Amino acid sequence: MRDRLAAFGSIVCRLAVVALLCVPALAPTVLHAQRGTIPRLANGKPDMNGIWRANGNDNYDIEPHNARAALASRPGPVVPVPAKEVLAFGAVGSVPSGRGIVVGGPIPYTAEALAKKRENQENWLTRDPEIKCYLPGVPRANYMPYSFQIIQSTKAFFMAYEYAGATRRVYLRDPGPAETDSWMGQSVGVWQGDTFVVTVTGMNAETWFDRAGNHHTEAMKVVERYTMLGPDHIRYEATMDDPQTFTRPWTIRTTLYRNVEPDATLGQFKCVEFVEELLYGHLRKAPIKP
Amino acid sequence: MSLVRPLFRRLPLAAVLLASIVPRFVDAQAATATTSKSAPARARYVAPRTPDGHPDLQGNWTNATLTPLERPAGLPRALSKTQAAAFEKVRADTVESTAKPSDPNRTAPPVGGDGSTGAAGNVGGYNYVWIDAGDHVAFVNGELRSSFIVDPANGRLPPLTPAARAWAQQRGARNRRFGQYDNPENRPLAERCLMSFGSNAGPPMLPNGFYNNNYTIVQTKNHVMIMTEMVHDVRIIKLGKPVPRSPLVRPWMGESWGRWEGDTLVVETTGFYPLQELSQSVGLGGAWGANDSLRVVEKFTRTRDNVILYRFTVHDPLNFTAPWSGELPMIAMEEQIYEYACHEGNYAMSNVLSGARSMEREAAAKKKSNPPE
Repeated sequence: MRDRLAAFGSIVCRLAVVALLCVPALAPTVLHAQRGTIPRLANGKPDMNGIWRANGNDNYDIEPHNARAALASRPGPVVPVPAKEVLAFGAVGSVPSGRGIVVGGPIPYTAEALAKKRENQENWLTRDPEIKCYLPGVPRANYMPYSFQIIQSTKAFFMAYEYAGATRRVYLRDPGPAETDSWMGQSVGVWQGDTFVVTVTGMNAETWFDRAGNHHTEAMKVVERYTMLGPDHIRYEATMDDPQTFTRPWTIRTTLYRNVEPDATLGQFKCVEFVEELLYGHLRKAPIKP
Repeated sequence: MSLVRPLFRRLPLAAVLLASIVPRFVDAQAATATTSKSAPARARYVAPRTPDGHPDLQGNWTNATLTPLERPAGLPRALSKTQAAAFEKVRADTVESTAKPSDPNRTAPPVGGDGSTGAAGNVGGYNYVWIDAGDHVAFVNGELRSSFIVDPANGRLPPLTPAARAWAQQRGARNRRFGQYDNPENRPLAERCLMSFGSNAGPPMLPNGFYNNNYTIVQTKNHVMIMTEMVHDVRIIKLGKPVPRSPLVRPWMGESWGRWEGDTLVVETTGFYPLQELSQSVGLGGAWGANDSLRVVEKFTRTRDNVILYRFTVHDPLNFTAPWSGELPMIAMEEQIYEYACHEGNYAMSNVLSGARSMEREAAAKKKSNPPE
């Protein structure tokens, strides 16, 4: 309902061009004021070409959370203290707070799935695929602390991620059911007005939502909605449907910000090289002594 | 340190011979450049256009071919139809014969393999069901080509500089301090899943002689994006006047700037990652690798609906005594390109290393039980 009101609000803003009519609580007036100025391709579709990045701490935990000492802890004499594996990082290894991007309360896990989430969190060091530089899956790729670039033409829509060099080709014509499971899944996009709606299926069960152990199965379907709020902002929403993990579909919502530097360039973070010691160090002919 | 081509290590002996000796040859009816002398009467091809008015290079393309980078001894630059057909028949026969069902009564391979270099000693590995190294000789400018290299005219890489030979010796000496399975860093870049196989992503972008020689191109007003299927390596080529970059930032595939010269997209790339190597990825440095002076110029011209003529020149004065240039076609493909999640499924790295440790333990135990007299 809130969505509908927001959409109605935005239409009112666009049509009436009277800022006073925009309801500030539903969408920031400043963004709505830009709405008529979004760039467009030759075919009239919103032009999302550019380098984008979410601006939050949501990769730590997509749910609301306080700052805390570390992602991995062990019992202390008074309160939990950082686990020895991360102790040396000090404040660098601590977790900043976040207000969360899950819409309307906690993630609706089944009882078993919630237990698994907690177990994942307790075993974060050995289980989080990000630690091993594995492909991030959707939607996590979009709010990690790395940028991604949209390369969009009238014929194609492609997303290239800085993290792990992950890629997504968003099919503009549905090729049918995904022929095999994959880390980034199969994406099919359609335009609903000025919103690009991408349905992602065929993801494996190995990816997480964040560093807090939030998880899913290969049955998950994600429906993403990309809506330009102005030339430099995209409202990003994703709705997760996975009856094996969640009692109902649920949605995250955040904002993607454009890198407005004149020579903005997507960085390269091919991290496989950086985790070889972690993954294979014990198999060296002469393992490095601790 | 072995300089054996890492891809071929995985192949059966027959495939190794084929891939390394027999020229690998693309659609015989395919590429014809606009400069072709053989078809002067043909109307000049006009490529489909993007909304910006430039030739549209978008789609999925493959550069798999039987033609190799360097010309095998004794062959002319342009093969006769008979020669090309013979090479293509060898490949077709090999594909057919290795696609037959395995004999259910065959004996087990010898422990440790048969000692050959294919598929880790022929204990079983990829057969041609998995391999797609191209079925046809590359057809460029009306010629059935025996090599990609057209300059030097002999189709071979120019001689290395004295400095490059000295570096190769230094690298060899360094690599000999290790066994090839001692550390993950001793394995080739492709096995480590750091880069696409061979010089797939380049630049120059060359087929790997093995499989998945496939590319997706998406083109906008300001960028051309090329994704290589292997290890989902992405090049985002900026169009326009190059902005000076810091020499401290060096992406694996360098930094590429493109411009349109008529209907040809010209791309210049510099600033390669020091570990990046052309031609073949070999652990801890090949005979020649990327360096500060390396500059690669690529030219993409759509010469038919289903063909992009890809031409390149490598300027590498530290390694080579002369620049060298090559040509090959990229052929349109209708198939989807799937995710090549190399690292995520890299069980081989753990298994290869732990296998080597196991062999070392066995050897040590044997030595202990049979001490030298």
